[in-house]
Amino acid sequence: MRPLLEIENLRVTFPTARGDIDVVRGVSFTLGRERLGIVGESGSGKSMTGRSILKLVRAPGRATADKLAFDGIDLSTRSEKQMRAIRGARISMVMQDPKFSLNPVMTIGEQIAEALLTHKRLPRREVNDRVHAMLESVRITDPERVARLYPHEVSGGMGQRVMIAMMLIPEPDLLIADEPTSALDVSVQAQVLDIIDELVRRKGMGLIFISHDLNLVSSYCDRILVMNTGEVVEECRAGELMNATHPYTRGLIASIPRLDETRDELPVLDRSAWAKA
Amino acid sequence: MTALSLKDLDISYGDTQITHKVSLDIAEGESFALVGESGSGKSTVLKAIAGLAPEWTGEICVLGKARGHGVDRGFSRICQMVFQDPYGSLHPRKTVDATLGEALTIHGIGDRSARVEEVMASVGLDRKFRFRFPHQLSGGQRQRVAIARALMLKPKILLLDEPTSALDVSVQAEILNLLKRLRREQNLTFLMVTHNLPVVSFLCDRLAVMRHGRIVEVAGVDELKRGDLKEPYSRELMQISAAHAS
Repeated sequence: MRPLLEIENLRVTFPTARGDIDVVRGVSFTLGRERLGIVGESGSGKSMTGRSILKLVRAPGRATADKLAFDGIDLSTRSEKQMRAIRGARISMVMQDPKFSLNPVMTIGEQIAEALLTHKRLPRREVNDRVHAMLESVRITDPERVARLYPHEVSGGMGQRVMIAMMLIPEPDLLIADEPTSALDVSVQAQVLDIIDELVRRKGMGLIFISHDLNLVSSYCDRILVMNTGEVVEECRAGELMNATHPYTRGLIASIPRLDETRDELPVLDRSAWAKA
Repeated sequence: MTALSLKDLDISYGDTQITHKVSLDIAEGESFALVGESGSGKSTVLKAIAGLAPEWTGEICVLGKARGHGVDRGFSRICQMVFQDPYGSLHPRKTVDATLGEALTIHGIGDRSARVEEVMASVGLDRKFRFRFPHQLSGGQRQRVAIARALMLKPKILLLDEPTSALDVSVQAEILNLLKRLRREQNLTFLMVTHNLPVVSFLCDRLAVMRHGRIVEVAGVDELKRGDLKEPYSRELMQISAAHAS
């Protein structure tokens, strides 16, 4: 079967006063209909990798790749207009913070409907039914009421579920979730991830889950890429993360405190060891 | 001696009562955690102690002295707060030096330069950062500045509101180590709010679990490590936490 996404030698470059800086340096991977996790610290280039798949790297940043193909479509040659037909409909992205990513002056129902109507013409009644059904599938119990609310009237967890609903209603083939739960509470985190997980499995979609939380990624993904300073330093099956070999990955794992913590001091990463000159 | 004692603390925001009869006793030198989900009122308790939520009834005693509802300079000298988000809690147009020196000016303490350098050294910030602005620092460095600011007046008690939740795990480890060392060196008392139980396990001696504005359980950290919390809600929190730590 043809992979859903193929990326070869992806580079993202930002010009600065002191010359160009590569924030992503030659990342390559392929993705089938599976759940791939990308982990790394702030500045490791994980979010830029996600954004460049949708060609959302803003100028003056530039993304280039030897190959950037989604379901056989060469994304690198697509125009902005052609990309708009792909964004949302085929590939969609859940952003980090619902407070900043939802439109504050549109009701939730209108926003979700807009995501659908951008790509399809449908009668109003069917749109309403689908919006309500989608809200139900993200476990919002009274969709009719919630659809009439504005984003500031709902909690963070509900806002994030609304965003998931909006991203999944056009039934995309690939969902990119960029830190979908970092702005949420632990107890709500699990709930939101369970919803993403269930919908992704049921619809047989591909998922790219970008996060800095190793534990979270290893419990919700099949495969993991560990990124540091713009490069993939390690790739492994999620279950084998604890046997990771790269010192950076090992350092990250060791620095997480445990519930039954006995260490007097947590090991700290020695960044100089593998920072590139 | 009791460093901090709360008795029947009811805190309100306008007509909404946030906490109900919160009572706690924290010994001097102890590190105590308040855990619970968003909206449980845990941060509000810290705010009331710090004087940022003045609508409360009950009693707040710090080192045996009752705290009033207003601004209290004497109180600021013994009790200081570190906020969650180092990106939001530092004044963007003040240099590190100005941020750290402000407390000294307010309290009319001299020897400013030496004290700023001393505190910067104690939180592991290099001297070269002294005249930088917050946007020139990384998240971990900013949180060090925020901790340094709280330490300027040499307080006895630090109120920590999710001090590491905005940081990467590797940076979190650095800040946790720093807090642990500072507590040992300066014999500080910590009251920390967090929803991260492993952090409690690393840094604290006791914890209180809060839900809907009430304390449902107070336990020692050994009980947490053994998984021996009694209340169903505490066990639920523990399970969520354990499910993600494989």
